[in-house]
Amino acid sequence: MSLKQVEHVKLLDRFSTSNKSLTGTLYLTATHLLFIDANQRETWILHHHIAAVEKLPLTTSGCPLVIQCKNFRVVHFVVPRERDCHDIYNSLLQLSRTAKYEELYAFSYNPKQNESEQAKGWQLIDLAEEYKRMGVPNDYWQLSDANRDYKICETYPRELYVPRTASKPIIVGSSKFRSKGRFPVLSYYHKDKKAAICRCSQPLSGFSARCLEDEHMLQAISKANPSNRYMYVMDTRPKLNAMANRAAGKGYENEDNYSNIRFQFVGIENIHVMRSSLQKLLEVSGTKGLSVNDFLSGLENSGWLRHIKAVLDAAVFLVKAIAVESASVLVHCSDGWDRTSQVCSLGALLLDSYYRTIKGFMVLIEKDWISFGHKFSDRCCQLDGDPKEISPVFTQFLESVWNLTEQFPQAFEYNEAFLLQIHEHVHSCQFGNFLGNCQKEREELKLKEKTYSLWPFLLDEQKKYQNPLYNPSFSPNLTLLEPNTVSFNFKFWRNMYHQFDRSMHPRQSVYDLIMDMSEQNKQLEEDIKQLEAKIKRKSGQSDVVLLKEHQQSAHPAPVMLKTPPCFKKDQPLIPLNDAVRTIEGSNTADNRYSEFMEELSKAEPAIVSLEYGVARMTC
Amino acid sequence: MEFAELIKTPRADNVVLHRPFEPAVEGTLCLTGHHLIFSSRRQDNAEELWLLHSNIDSIEKRFVGSLGTIVIKCKDLRIIQLDIPGMEECLNIASSIEALSTLDSVTLMYPFFYRPMFEIVEDGWSAFLPEKEFEFLNALTDEWRLTYINKDFSICPSYPPVVTVPKSIDDETLQKVAVFRHGGRFPVLSYYHKKNGMVMMRTSQPLTGTNGKRCKDDEKLINSTLGPGRRGYIIDTRSLSAAQQARAKGGGFGVEVYYPQWRRIHKSVERFNILQESLIKLVEACNDQSHNMDRWLSKLEASNWLTHVKEILTAGCLAAQCIDREDASVLVHGTEGTDSTLQITSLAQIILDPDCRTIRGFESLIVREWLQAGHPFQQRCAQSAYSNSKQKWEAPVFLLFLDCVWQMLHQFPCSFEFNEHFLVTLFEHAYASQFGTFLGNNENERSKLKLPQKTMSLWSWVNQPEELKNFKNPLFEANSLVIWPSVAPQSLQLWEGVFLRWNRPSKFLDEAQEEMRKIISDNRVLQEKVNYLRRKVAHMETNDEMQEDL
Repeated sequence: MSLKQVEHVKLLDRFSTSNKSLTGTLYLTATHLLFIDANQRETWILHHHIAAVEKLPLTTSGCPLVIQCKNFRVVHFVVPRERDCHDIYNSLLQLSRTAKYEELYAFSYNPKQNESEQAKGWQLIDLAEEYKRMGVPNDYWQLSDANRDYKICETYPRELYVPRTASKPIIVGSSKFRSKGRFPVLSYYHKDKKAAICRCSQPLSGFSARCLEDEHMLQAISKANPSNRYMYVMDTRPKLNAMANRAAGKGYENEDNYSNIRFQFVGIENIHVMRSSLQKLLEVSGTKGLSVNDFLSGLENSGWLRHIKAVLDAAVFLVKAIAVESASVLVHCSDGWDRTSQVCSLGALLLDSYYRTIKGFMVLIEKDWISFGHKFSDRCCQLDGDPKEISPVFTQFLESVWNLTEQFPQAFEYNEAFLLQIHEHVHSCQFGNFLGNCQKEREELKLKEKTYSLWPFLLDEQKKYQNPLYNPSFSPNLTLLEPNTVSFNFKFWRNMYHQFDRSMHPRQSVYDLIMDMSEQNKQLEEDIKQLEAKIKRKSGQSDVVLLKEHQQSAHPAPVMLKTPPCFKKDQPLIPLNDAVRTIEGSNTADNRYSEFMEELSKAEPAIVSLEYGVARMTC
Repeated sequence: MEFAELIKTPRADNVVLHRPFEPAVEGTLCLTGHHLIFSSRRQDNAEELWLLHSNIDSIEKRFVGSLGTIVIKCKDLRIIQLDIPGMEECLNIASSIEALSTLDSVTLMYPFFYRPMFEIVEDGWSAFLPEKEFEFLNALTDEWRLTYINKDFSICPSYPPVVTVPKSIDDETLQKVAVFRHGGRFPVLSYYHKKNGMVMMRTSQPLTGTNGKRCKDDEKLINSTLGPGRRGYIIDTRSLSAAQQARAKGGGFGVEVYYPQWRRIHKSVERFNILQESLIKLVEACNDQSHNMDRWLSKLEASNWLTHVKEILTAGCLAAQCIDREDASVLVHGTEGTDSTLQITSLAQIILDPDCRTIRGFESLIVREWLQAGHPFQQRCAQSAYSNSKQKWEAPVFLLFLDCVWQMLHQFPCSFEFNEHFLVTLFEHAYASQFGTFLGNNENERSKLKLPQKTMSLWSWVNQPEELKNFKNPLFEANSLVIWPSVAPQSLQLWEGVFLRWNRPSKFLDEAQEEMRKIISDNRVLQEKVNYLRRKVAHMETNDEMQEDL
């Protein structure tokens, strides 16, 4: 890397029509791209977050460089000299494409923890504990050691829960009949209904193949549910896709061959459709001077919200089977690591309020996404690999959860910032949790020794992620959420896709304000306790004081004449975060209606070329 | 006429009421001159529904055997269904409702019969007098005066008796200018920007016609409001081509040669039936729960409602920008100056003037810029989204304005003293009300109807302390700044509080709101308590010290 620092670089506002810009210096470090503007404000961009770098044709003011990030930040630099721009471009290309896991940020990131803290961090989420919490093992379900050495399925975790009646030969036989060996295993057990969510991949049924062990496996699952002998098999793919798979010797379950199953397609599209859908969404939302109709038709054409609805509809279907019919459900797609993860985890989230807590959500992600082998590395393009493997499957899961938090503002312990932060780190490669594609790979990388777990860091700053409106009694244990999935409930997630475009956000955030107030209330209650204790102590000391206090209480004013000595000792009230009420970016130049003035300004530059400062205030 | 003549069947038993997201209830239906009253018969939860006939936008009836069903669609967008046994009863009731909900005489409307159950602390009819408003202005500048030239509504039938005009222009000149302006609406002061002394005026189109007629007095009036070296912007709410076409009908726009310090900007805002159709389409889209995502989005798009919101808000921002950022005065007009003009002048004031973001200030704004300025409420709000009358003069101009205000409230949730409920209430009362405030099309009609003497003002009711608290935004902290909303499509949202209000259960959202309010009020109470205890401790310690000193 020859170049480390470039001066006089301009950072353009992505949406400003007046080509408003900040001038500053661009620094290239081993892990980040850093821009410091004239006001010493810093913009940090992690190399791993860079999804694409583009060099636009040279202009009079310099060479434009557009960087698109996986967290949907888009920055537009103008570098004065083309040579420098070219150097940065090449360096970024190199730095953002990592060939080996060991070169990822997580392996060099050092949060100054010692080994035992590091190990403790990794133990924070214990899936064995989680299965215990669900109520397994029990009379019907047991821990199987079949995959202890990853011999049956490389992409599954070592520890799997299966029906007690599923013997090892059944497991082995069934796994041979399923794509990638991903045979049906327990994902979630509903204690009250005694019904289970199980997951697997598609059967290798082709046009007519059968597998007795696989049929036994499904029967074992339905028998493991004493409340309902029928079970649902949900194929989360569109029927057409599933049928096409039959030609390749894969496919779906034939209802005639399996006893007591009800088979259902739910029609979630595949990773390629999702990838191009997001691409279209980003193209629309990134358009300058967008009209309402172009936005809405772009939103429609992208299909993005349709896909989110499909995912949530599938979860609602699953939940109904369990909650209403007490029936177990087996979920699969093709390989059983994308759509299956979405539907199983959302289903569990709707069924079990534990997953609506901060810790519970971490557990859910560890269980249904990380341990069951959602291919984070491929889907998030952690290493330079096949671009066709990239897909926003996990982003869709987070967005579905966000939609639920909008419908049930009191049901979740965590807030939007929590979801955004997780999204940030899925792509940042700063922590070990999401590296690699499956548990086996993670063990081989020795992530638990060489990297840190994200979760303890999020727990440490959990105040930032707490929903001030959360009401644990809103949904006591195992309370079902029944979301309304009528289309108008699904909205464009502005805070995700325009997280870094401040001018589009509400200028004052109710949420942050309430969060601070709620935090302050706790402190105030604490203060009251202390003050009351103090008063009690003092009034115990002498009755004279009490007496005098009574006399004076009618005229409290004289007390204030003297500076109260206790004020010095007491903790000051926590100041409300000023930033909350700061009207940031409230500036005509940030908005679109200034266009008219610009047109006029061509004739008479004297009027308009004013550059307004950002109106800031604390109200 | 007696209402009794219209009521063929005053009462029906065993009627079943269906409402969205609530279980059906059986009960008795009664018709009175102004209300449809339904009371459930059940002991456990006797509930009553009172519906103003004037709130009914349309009714449909159908029969299955002898069981009749009436579907009532209200102007506040609610839809209810009544199952009435007996074909004759049902037909009678349907025709009575139809007749009672479409009375053509204003004096038969409920406000003339309504007797308030509350004590009037302050009469809303006299709460916002132009003279009082002028006092504030006069303290700031002496360049303006009140004119009573229109006291008998002869110069301009849609203006109030008193308006504010430049001091240097006498009544004689005004009279000549009025002849040159559509409907006699000569330019008047709408807003004075304290910060830089710039003003916003409004008027109607000049009657230049095809041969480009001019009026020296008009030029004198408009030019007189700008000092030497100053500049102003004329914001025409029509597109250039629409303004040009208007010349053929005798209207037109001012030619810049004659108004040398003014620049004209065409900022097109839709009007009349285009808006009405937009509302009808939007409500249709919102009421259909079966739409898949693509269909919903394309229906939302096809309604164009949010496009209109963006258009109007943008125009309001532009006017505000000219005044606050360009230090220029502004004159706004379209054709008649009673619709889009008022949307823009009132939105610009909300952006610029923190007073307009208080409850009192917002009421005053509505009185000044809508009621006194002659927005024809009775025509525009005669019917709402379920209307099939397709009258040219029906248009949700005021609702669009309220929607724009809601968008700002949404973007600046701490800067407004009022809450969403206040805006929704104004929407409801503009279409159907027990109060006389929104009756009539202008002050002229209101004075002929003797509304202040014969009906109750909405403001008299709203401004009672016990009602007022329902309209207060607990987050409000006075913000003296200009507020610039974002008009990016990503920032604009469907006003769910109006358009999805009856289409989804709101229990969880309401509870969350309640919790939020609780946190805020707890915060106040706790702060007070801590302060009180600190004082007490301080007091005790002072006493201790005094004792030690002794």
